[in-house]
Amino acid sequence: MTFLDYAPAPESRAILNLRDEYGLFIGGEFVQGNGDSFQTISPANEERIATIASASSGDVDAAVAAARHAYDTTWSRMSGADRGKYLFRIARLVQERTRELAVAESLDNGKPIRESRDVDVPLVAAWFFYYAGWADKLDHAGLGPNPRALGVAAQVIPWNFPLLMLSWKIAPALAAGNTVVLKPAETTPLTALIFAEILQQADLPPGVVNIITGAGETGRLLVNHPDVNKVAFTGSTAVGRQIARSVAGTDKKVTLELGGKAANIVFDDAPIDQAVEGIVNGIFFNQGHVCCAGSRLLVQENIHDEVIDRLKGRLATLRVGDPLDKNTDIGAINSAEQLERITQLSRVGEEEGAQRWSPPCVLPERGFWFAPTIFTNVSTSHRIAREEIFGPVLSVLTFRTPTEAVAKANNTPYGLSAGIWTDKGSRILAVANKLRAGVIWANTFNKFDPASPFGGFKESGYGREGGRQGLAAYLAPAIPQAQEPKRAQESRQAQRPDQAQRSKKGKKR
Amino acid sequence: MSRLAVPKTYKLYLGGKFPRSESGRTYPVLDAGGRFLANAAKASRKDARDAVVAARAAVTGWSGATAYNRGQVLYRIAELLEGRRAQFIDEIVRCEGASADAAEAQVDSAIDRWIWYAGWADKYAQVVGNGNAVSGPYFNLSVPEPTGVVAVIAPQDSSLLGLVSAVAPVLVSGNTVVVVASETRPLSAISLGEVLATSDVPGGVVNILTGSPAEISPWLASHADVNALDLLGAGALDWIDLQIAAAETLKRVLPPENGPDAGAPALSRITAFTEIKTVWHPRGML
Amino acid sequence: MIHDVELARSERAITLIGGELTDTSLRRYLDGIPGVDAVGLEQRAAALGTRSIKTSSKKWALDRIIGLIDLTTLEGADTPGKVRSLAAKAITPDSGDLSTPPVAALCVYGDMVGYAVEALGAAHTTRTSPGINVASVATAFPSGRASLPIKLADTAAAVLAGADEIDMVIDRGAFLCGRYGQVFDEIVAIKEACRRQDGSTAHLKVILETGELSTYDNVRRASWLAILAGADFIKTSTGKISPAATLPVTLLMLQVVRDWHRLTGEKVGVKPAGGIRSSKDAIKYLVTVAETVGEEWLDPRLFRFGASSLLNDVLLQRQKLTTGHYSGPDYVTID
Repeated sequence: MTFLDYAPAPESRAILNLRDEYGLFIGGEFVQGNGDSFQTISPANEERIATIASASSGDVDAAVAAARHAYDTTWSRMSGADRGKYLFRIARLVQERTRELAVAESLDNGKPIRESRDVDVPLVAAWFFYYAGWADKLDHAGLGPNPRALGVAAQVIPWNFPLLMLSWKIAPALAAGNTVVLKPAETTPLTALIFAEILQQADLPPGVVNIITGAGETGRLLVNHPDVNKVAFTGSTAVGRQIARSVAGTDKKVTLELGGKAANIVFDDAPIDQAVEGIVNGIFFNQGHVCCAGSRLLVQENIHDEVIDRLKGRLATLRVGDPLDKNTDIGAINSAEQLERITQLSRVGEEEGAQRWSPPCVLPERGFWFAPTIFTNVSTSHRIAREEIFGPVLSVLTFRTPTEAVAKANNTPYGLSAGIWTDKGSRILAVANKLRAGVIWANTFNKFDPASPFGGFKESGYGREGGRQGLAAYLAPAIPQAQEPKRAQESRQAQRPDQAQRSKKGKKR
Repeated sequence: MSRLAVPKTYKLYLGGKFPRSESGRTYPVLDAGGRFLANAAKASRKDARDAVVAARAAVTGWSGATAYNRGQVLYRIAELLEGRRAQFIDEIVRCEGASADAAEAQVDSAIDRWIWYAGWADKYAQVVGNGNAVSGPYFNLSVPEPTGVVAVIAPQDSSLLGLVSAVAPVLVSGNTVVVVASETRPLSAISLGEVLATSDVPGGVVNILTGSPAEISPWLASHADVNALDLLGAGALDWIDLQIAAAETLKRVLPPENGPDAGAPALSRITAFTEIKTVWHPRGML
Repeated sequence: MIHDVELARSERAITLIGGELTDTSLRRYLDGIPGVDAVGLEQRAAALGTRSIKTSSKKWALDRIIGLIDLTTLEGADTPGKVRSLAAKAITPDSGDLSTPPVAALCVYGDMVGYAVEALGAAHTTRTSPGINVASVATAFPSGRASLPIKLADTAAAVLAGADEIDMVIDRGAFLCGRYGQVFDEIVAIKEACRRQDGSTAHLKVILETGELSTYDNVRRASWLAILAGADFIKTSTGKISPAATLPVTLLMLQVVRDWHRLTGEKVGVKPAGGIRSSKDAIKYLVTVAETVGEEWLDPRLFRFGASSLLNDVLLQRQKLTTGHYSGPDYVTID
């Protein structure tokens, strides 16, 4: 044994108190689903965790109706301060149950406990805490005085950060006064269902948040539901495109947070050890299952060899294995399907002539695993330089001048994020200015904060999550008094503003 | 048989500790009917001086904490205050001669006010700060920062809500406070100190003096190491003289407010004790 | 500096920088090394600190920590008795468990070297058998504010008295006002003063006093400077200035050592000193060493802890592992 083999340090699963079966969370209660239920498994060993209900078309109707009812009868009539108090309660409950949620997340998703414990779950609590404070300050959201909520929000989230994406969706929606129907990803429903229990502990009025599980079809039914006023989706660009099409002609407000192929640009005057660390964090964080991952390394040609050499040295110290081991750096790939995609694209990379390298590492036999991989000699025309792999695979390209770096970085239909590494402040600001991406990290990467807006340019989607912009995405300006329908004047809070607008425009479809 | 009560000794709250006045003085606090309630410490100018030293020492840590952290600490005050509602209601009833309902309403408002301001800690900069489109190749960003040490004269007719209305907004951005409590109704102020001392607020961030505002305020107004002065509850004092004294070191001054809306929650109470800092940085790629 | 004086000869520097070794060429070389981003460095150090070392790894780590300790007393009030007491502890750290390994070295002031050698007796390192070394601080430790002849005499006296290792301080004043050449020359001269009559030399540890250098970029430059001038070890601190050793500073120095090894194949040691008091902290350093330069460095020839109170905490943890219950301060000795 060598010291670096570190004896196993598994996080205990004893903290979990899981049910064997989970229903749909509608109207504040768990109810049976009418679709075909399915199993959620641990991607690290393919063992079953629990049976999960699947929402049928009727279940989706019921969930939206519950949300609508809660909106009309309680949530839209409640003061912002009281809405905030509920959100503060949720934030505190999440903080109190942090360890449990982290273990469940790693179990269901395959991400290392180190990340779910130190990144995901603390951010979830922070997200609720931040938006809790907004609930009674909507006048400052930037839409003028007395902005209104939109109504019922349909939210569909991905499997890469299951609970964190839930908080990104639910916290601002509730703060702004909307009610929610949320669908977690098929492969990672577990923490959303534990979160439903937290909502019960917080005594949140029934129907304000409804969580329905199922596959892609459930999500499609949800976003296309006619009584939904807002659609918020995080996931692939392909599905985002379908959603954008399907809402055409409706008054649904839409936020889409889609794919990316971020450039991580390393200039020759970069703080080299920190840059290497940033490259590693940029692409191997969460097994590379990150829409904003720094999957294209653009390194200045004169330091290419040195950077790659150091990078390889650093990768050799990464520990791949049991997600619940506190020393694991890289966990399991979330699903067989995703593993297949990563494997296939990596094969294409080799076929196209790029050089493939992985550090020596022993992968577990059961479960879905992929060794951290870097491709050098990658050309801009290679598929691995253009398509989102969504896995622990880095494509390395070179550039000669800042102008070329910017041009190559922008040469993609995506535009979610980018990284810049240089000691020169003026270059950071100039390059950031020219990059067509929604989030630019300079001398750091993959940083998130509820106060900081996140979202993409171009085919990476539209709308922002986080910050004041993320709140405004769930609000509309007040209707001028003169045009306000009578009912709304009597009970301003209780109105369905979307209908008011719809009838005004006479464009119902 | 009724139990014989154990009365509390009310002292000052300075630098996270509860000392008596260095002067050894106290004064009787009477209830609405003129009956003796307790002795309160009568702070001297030296206590005020010590309070400023404690407040100054606490600026670096408090203003250096993340906004998220400050927000959580302020929210924690509300949580602990909630747990002590009964004590504060009782104190207000006795001290102000208010009805239980009115006292309860005052305590509830005070708790909600902490929550309202807690929420601002990581948001006010987003509302009052901005990027500036200057003509030239420069990145230009304006962000608010705390002013430093703020001296506050708390409203004199309110035991708790007035004090909270003045102190909470000052803390949001990272300032530290020396507050002179209501002279005739100081008991809730010291009890609030006990809440602060057990709610993750670092020692020295809030310092509470009881005694005569007329005696202490001039020393705070003229103190060169005080950066700003909130005269919210100084309406009955010679507050123009205080403002003049404050002018010597160009302290930021908020004037007295009277009436039921005095110290009503407002973003402007936060920004009054901040400084906008603008950073220029060249933007050049080649 | 108006005259670009040629610096003293150091084979390392000459190979690397080229034939002409001057203050200017040295400065140009040091300034050309990539910078350090403080936030990134500290985050990396913090991440390394989250490794969870359990069971068999922890047992190995605790014993190894003991074997890496320079058990130190550097007080104005040091006496022969105090040194003798510490020497006894160095040889037998835990009289209740004789399987406990001895420490790496005893670190004392120069005038105490004789007493230390005497007290260690047969346990002291000799030419033929490895044992516990005697390390002496020198060069007007801790401030370094004395003339060069005094520093040289200080060093030579300690070596003559039997010191196996010299812990010198650099002239921080000279470094901070940019006289890198002076710092360099001094190290080269002290290294020469470490030479014994038989031609062998005492090991030279160069203390940067990182708490006074303040910035990470300075620490990085000073590390390179010391290594170029011939340091066998680079050491963070005297222990008399706060902050003393920190994990980020040590990580940074380890990165320099790693880069030097990549460049030249030579292995330079690192010694964090001061402020490391718990086993938990010490284990973080072991992790940082192993994951930055490799496990090979977890060897007293390449890594040391400058510490005094650390040893007792390690002994308490060791007792816990052996007996299964928590121990208390009455079960380790005060020395």
